[in-house]
Amino acid sequence: MATAATTAGSAPAVALEGVGRAYGERVALREISFTLPAGATVAVFGANGAGKTTLLRILAGLLRPHAGRATVLGAELPREAYRSRGRTGLLAHEPLLYRDLTVRENLRFHARLHGVGGGRVEALCEQVGLAGRADDPVRTLSRGMTQRAAICRAVLHAPELLLLDEPFANLDPGGAAAVAPLIGRGSGPARVLISHDAEQGLAEADWVLGLRGGRQALWAAAADVALPDVRGLYV
Amino acid sequence: MRETVAALIRKDLQLERRSFESVPAMLMFSISTFVLFHFGLDRGSLAGDLAAGVLWVTLLLAAVLGMNRLFVAEREQGGFDGFLMAPVDRTALFVAKAAVLFGFLVAVELVAVPAFVVLLLEPGIGQALPELLAVLVLADAGIAVVGTLIGALGVQTRARDLIIPVIALPLLVPVVIAAAEATAPLLAAGGAGDFPVRWLGVLALYDAVFGLLAYAVFDFLLEE
Amino acid sequence: MTFGRGLRALSIASAVLVTGAFALVFFYASNDADQGFVQKIFYVHVPLAIVALCGFVAGGIFGIKHLRSGERADDLRSYVAIHISLVFAVGVLITGSIWARASWGHWWLWDEPTLVSFLIVFLLYACYQPLRFSIEDPERQARYASVFAIVAGAFVPLNFLAVRMAEQLSHPRVLGTTGGSMPGDMRLTFVVALVGVTCLFVTLWKYELASKSASIQLRSLRRRLAGDDGLAPLTRSAAPQQL
Repeated sequence: MATAATTAGSAPAVALEGVGRAYGERVALREISFTLPAGATVAVFGANGAGKTTLLRILAGLLRPHAGRATVLGAELPREAYRSRGRTGLLAHEPLLYRDLTVRENLRFHARLHGVGGGRVEALCEQVGLAGRADDPVRTLSRGMTQRAAICRAVLHAPELLLLDEPFANLDPGGAAAVAPLIGRGSGPARVLISHDAEQGLAEADWVLGLRGGRQALWAAAADVALPDVRGLYV
Repeated sequence: MRETVAALIRKDLQLERRSFESVPAMLMFSISTFVLFHFGLDRGSLAGDLAAGVLWVTLLLAAVLGMNRLFVAEREQGGFDGFLMAPVDRTALFVAKAAVLFGFLVAVELVAVPAFVVLLLEPGIGQALPELLAVLVLADAGIAVVGTLIGALGVQTRARDLIIPVIALPLLVPVVIAAAEATAPLLAAGGAGDFPVRWLGVLALYDAVFGLLAYAVFDFLLEE
Repeated sequence: MTFGRGLRALSIASAVLVTGAFALVFFYASNDADQGFVQKIFYVHVPLAIVALCGFVAGGIFGIKHLRSGERADDLRSYVAIHISLVFAVGVLITGSIWARASWGHWWLWDEPTLVSFLIVFLLYACYQPLRFSIEDPERQARYASVFAIVAGAFVPLNFLAVRMAEQLSHPRVLGTTGGSMPGDMRLTFVVALVGVTCLFVTLWKYELASKSASIQLRSLRRRLAGDDGLAPLTRSAAPQQL
């Protein structure tokens, strides 16, 4: 399989072979197989219910695969999940922040869980433009500001793999520019990016994964994929 | 592990201080229940085993309120996911939450027990205070352990507020039995009687068995 | 996965033993000196109690096996054991109540620790099926049910101890006739009754396991024939529906 240019000798960020997951009788994912090199980005496209969120949660170590083998950052899930925990960052639909606590309290809590110092929290708040609102409870923030805070939480511990579920939704251009160095192209970590914006997704990605009905409908280098191919997944 | 538990406890105390959900509710509930018992039993003052029973049943029901709320923030605001992705021992969540519930119970008892003495108790408890404290501590530990386990069990189900009390109350019957039997002589009308230490043994056994069991089994509640 | 092995032999053994026990109770065992004929209900009440308690503990053990191995069959075994023990527990409560009424004129006695413990245990295990029903995801349902079975199984002996201690100190045992002081014919009858009830439990357990596993396998075959969307989806259920 052709690989993008990567650091010589580093293990792939993600390697899936025949991965499947069911909820009772309903099969959410079936026979998903791909390899994502370290530092590379894959854009995941698919209609609602196609299995994108399930895939993300499996990669995050929150769901156990029912079939196949999933290896994330060199650790086989779920057996060796403890090795990859703390090296992945998840940005989900929910901000995963306590609404009654302030931004700073939330981030400091996550920093303590991950063994990260307080200085990093301050630096991140500064960087995304939250310094002024850092002592406000999360429930008082707008959706855009909450998203920025959630992004801080996701990258706080400098993960090697970022799992991003529509990261640029809710962000105004200023916010998008502020977070780009953290989660955008060239920020460093490998990225699995779910996006409904086909053009933006293609621009950000090295690889493209298309899901339809839980099955893998498309896996190709981004350069080889055109917009109509992506739009076809939503039909 | 210790730092993780400390971080979790700190976060929960911050949340409680910010939102004031659990402790005031448990406290108000206790005092209202004392008033209800006064009218329900049509007695102005209680002593002995009747007093012990009223006290412990009230504390247990107040504890149930605390259990119901213990994991709600985690469930509704994604706290489980955030915690599960951290490189920490997952059992730290159990230890921290049990410690928090224990703390809430102690905070409530600091006010509710004196209130009980004032409102309903006929004899004084001055001379029996150390023994009463021993019973309170051991019984609270048992309630905290079982309450945390069942709170975690129930929070993921649909009928959360109903399932938790219905499962926890039978499980806590031995605690009520032991605590009430141990407390009854302390509240006797004619002055504190002999303290039945064997009931402290029962409480300690209960705490040990369920503490170890919950420690072993808690992880399985967090997986998906 | 076959659960039905030895079922015919077990059924026959159960039928023989239970009938034999009844025969012994009515025609062989002597009447109790204190309580007369009524005491004979003890031969039903106590074996049911012992077997039900063992059944609950067995449910907990299968729960441990399920958590350790992830085998859904163990969850099914745990579910059925608890299910049948709950039915037996109701039997304990009813026979105990009849005994109390016939001997003492009250439908309920707080003095009898077996009866009181069973009430508490019954209240606890009555939550088992509602708990299962309230969790939709079948895997999580099985896991949480196993946790419950383990905790409840550990609770059963502790509860017994606490209740017995509480009653012993305030009231002496009034209805118990177990222990070494039973005369020979009563002891024989009791042992036969106990073995008979145990056989009955195991037979019923295997029957229900065989029946449930058969319908689960049948459904999975039909799914394979009809395709994923060919069958109506499973409705929510407290019972395990997948192996």
